[in-house]
Amino acid sequence: MGLQAIAFYVLAVVTVASAFGVTTARNPVHSVLFLILTFFTAAGLFVLLGAEFLAMLLVVVYVGAVAVLFLFVVMMLDVDFASLRAGFARYLPIGGAVAVFLLIEMILVSGAVAERGAAAHVKPLSGENISNTEAIGRVLYTDYLYDFQIAGLVLLVAMIGAIVLTLKHRPGIKRQTVADQTGRSVRGGLQVVQVKVGEGIAE
Amino acid sequence: MDLTSALQIALPEVILALGTLVLIVVGAFGGEKSTGLVGLGAGAVLVEAAAAACWGPMGQAFHGGFVADAAAQFSKVAIYLMSAVAIALGAPWLRRKRSAKFEYPLLVLLAATGMGVMVSAGDLISLYIGIELQSLALYVLAAFQRDDSRSSEAGLKYFVLGALSSGLLLYGASLIYGFAGSVRFADIAAAVHAGAGQGVIFGLVFLICGMAFKVSAAPFHMWTPDVYEGAPTPIVAFITAAPKLAAMVLFARALALGFPGATGQWQQVIVVIALISMAVGALAGLVQRNLKRLLAYSSILNIGYALMAMAAGTEGGMQAMLVFMVLYMIDVTGFFACLTALQRDGRPMERLEDFAGLVRVRPGLALAITALSLSLLGLPPFSGFWSKYYVFKAAIAGGLWPVAVFGLVASVPAAFYYLRILKTMWFDEPAGATDRTPGDASAIGMGAALFSFPLVLPALAALDPLATLAARAFGLA
Amino acid sequence: MTAFLLQYLPILIFLGVAAALGVVFILAAWVLAPKHPDPEKISAYECGFNAFEDARMKFDVRFYLVSILFIIFDLEAAFLFPWATSLMHMPHGVAVFAFWSMMAFLFVLAVGFVYEWKKGALEWE
Repeated sequence: MGLQAIAFYVLAVVTVASAFGVTTARNPVHSVLFLILTFFTAAGLFVLLGAEFLAMLLVVVYVGAVAVLFLFVVMMLDVDFASLRAGFARYLPIGGAVAVFLLIEMILVSGAVAERGAAAHVKPLSGENISNTEAIGRVLYTDYLYDFQIAGLVLLVAMIGAIVLTLKHRPGIKRQTVADQTGRSVRGGLQVVQVKVGEGIAE
Repeated sequence: MDLTSALQIALPEVILALGTLVLIVVGAFGGEKSTGLVGLGAGAVLVEAAAAACWGPMGQAFHGGFVADAAAQFSKVAIYLMSAVAIALGAPWLRRKRSAKFEYPLLVLLAATGMGVMVSAGDLISLYIGIELQSLALYVLAAFQRDDSRSSEAGLKYFVLGALSSGLLLYGASLIYGFAGSVRFADIAAAVHAGAGQGVIFGLVFLICGMAFKVSAAPFHMWTPDVYEGAPTPIVAFITAAPKLAAMVLFARALALGFPGATGQWQQVIVVIALISMAVGALAGLVQRNLKRLLAYSSILNIGYALMAMAAGTEGGMQAMLVFMVLYMIDVTGFFACLTALQRDGRPMERLEDFAGLVRVRPGLALAITALSLSLLGLPPFSGFWSKYYVFKAAIAGGLWPVAVFGLVASVPAAFYYLRILKTMWFDEPAGATDRTPGDASAIGMGAALFSFPLVLPALAALDPLATLAARAFGLA
Repeated sequence: MTAFLLQYLPILIFLGVAAALGVVFILAAWVLAPKHPDPEKISAYECGFNAFEDARMKFDVRFYLVSILFIIFDLEAAFLFPWATSLMHMPHGVAVFAFWSMMAFLFVLAVGFVYEWKKGALEWE
């Protein structure tokens, strides 16, 4: 239990500190690196809660794909980051107000949790001998079939959206058509011509 | 689990999803040539889904995640038909702009599927996922003219603020789940009744904030004017009509079915949001010179009225909200259809000055805009009067007469900005000839104007009992 | 619960060792390495020109399209993990149902994939 507590505090402190780093780092690349650290430590916190699948998902999807995409954008994109930061002081009061409001809300919620416990009367779905991932698998594709299929449609919208908004075909570009290449035969591609001396080939 | 009966209950969504998949394949293989075909197919699928919703069986499916009741049927028919109108309005417009893509009807279809999921949501998961499906499609639609910087900006703003509201909503939903121990509205209601404590109320407030974003109620309305101004006009006509109805029904369902034991608490919040929306919508609209921005503020004002009816927390209030939203939807779609039809030198007419003396240039459309403005203003005998009549009656019956008085006061500045449009159109010197008006958009505009008066009277005779039946599904007194 | 967390103990130790090693190397370099800085030495280009302009530039949006499409299929794959681990532990009838449920999900995304392919989003011009 002691080790668990130490792990929790270390992970929690690093999560909060690196989240703070995301917003305050001067260099946007550092921000993204802090973000990745935040994801990692948050994944660690999920593991401590027993939410193994969520933890791994966070690593695979957020660290592996989303954060890398972010990094790609901030490293490559032609954006004047100094001007983006210009409004920082101006928006600080209103942002601070929202933050304080949220903080109060959080404190009140934790008070309510401490008082009667969150989801106190809900039994955990899985027993000791079944992994978290498997417990999700047992209900996701059967009981939650409907939500699962709609999630598929959401991914489909994302696909269509990404293509509609970004895909441009530049005209006049030579493309490789593999089918044409492999479908080529001697008959279509090669012509044996008897060339008469001194006349050459027209064409 | 009996899949067959579940699929029968969810038949409209099944039709929409399968229809979308088929049309995607048609579009993918047919390329841009198949745009017209995909549009027609999408319209047919929507009409078919509306018919399936109308005559389909009622009940619950997928462990309570999907509810087909009178309220869902009522709103689904309206939503699907309005989405079909959006395709009829948008597809020819995009063709004229030479940016026709077969993805437009597909995205409308997917948004309509999301709205169907929303109005049938029986638990917090389907609530969220329905909202996400619908909004994701709408973000893309708002940015559909990607070469126009204002359209891209509209899409981006809509997306960022929409993501923020989704975050609020999810946070609220997770609090509710944590404290109530279930995501299903019926179980949440039981937990609240048994005294689930303050935590659920916190969650509820966050949920309401997230939903208020989606219906663009003040103070969560920041995205509305910019998105309305930047997004292509026929797409705004879609964004402002069906999704608002879907979000309002979802809002009502979540509150009435999930939190009947906390009516006092949510009533307070909704009343505050309604008051702010009415104030912001009425006052900020006064300074707008751009008609699309003005209609954005007008929509904030009207959502305020709808929320006022909902805040009454009675069956009458819900009925009034449903009638109000349907009539408003038709009015505003007609208005945007008129704006879509009008162009000068190939540029859309959006500023108030562009409409100077329109009555001498395009008398038909000017008359239609006049009727629709008077209707939005709430002048009898136009449809807007009847919808407001329902809303105010319900608010007063629910004991919210101070709010009703405030609403009446707010309609005075709103009346001013509608009348200013009329004055510009009827009495100012003409600003010049307009381009040839396309038949489809004008027809939709004129149709909506005809609906606002006199067709509204027979329609109301049918709508009233249907809405009463639908409102009964919310299970309020 | 504790038994479950003990599975992760090696990872925890590994992370601890990695962090400690990283700190040790930085500290060692800072303490042990000889340092005689002067302004020219620590400038970005000790010999040669300063950079003429920012290294950042406008990038073809295609790069992002590829990565976004990757994320979508990444998420799709994420749904496969619980399915793969649980399918064989279910009662037969339920397993068949779960199998076809996943097939339907994959079918939706396969349609999306066909769409991508035919649109030429996967081709590089």
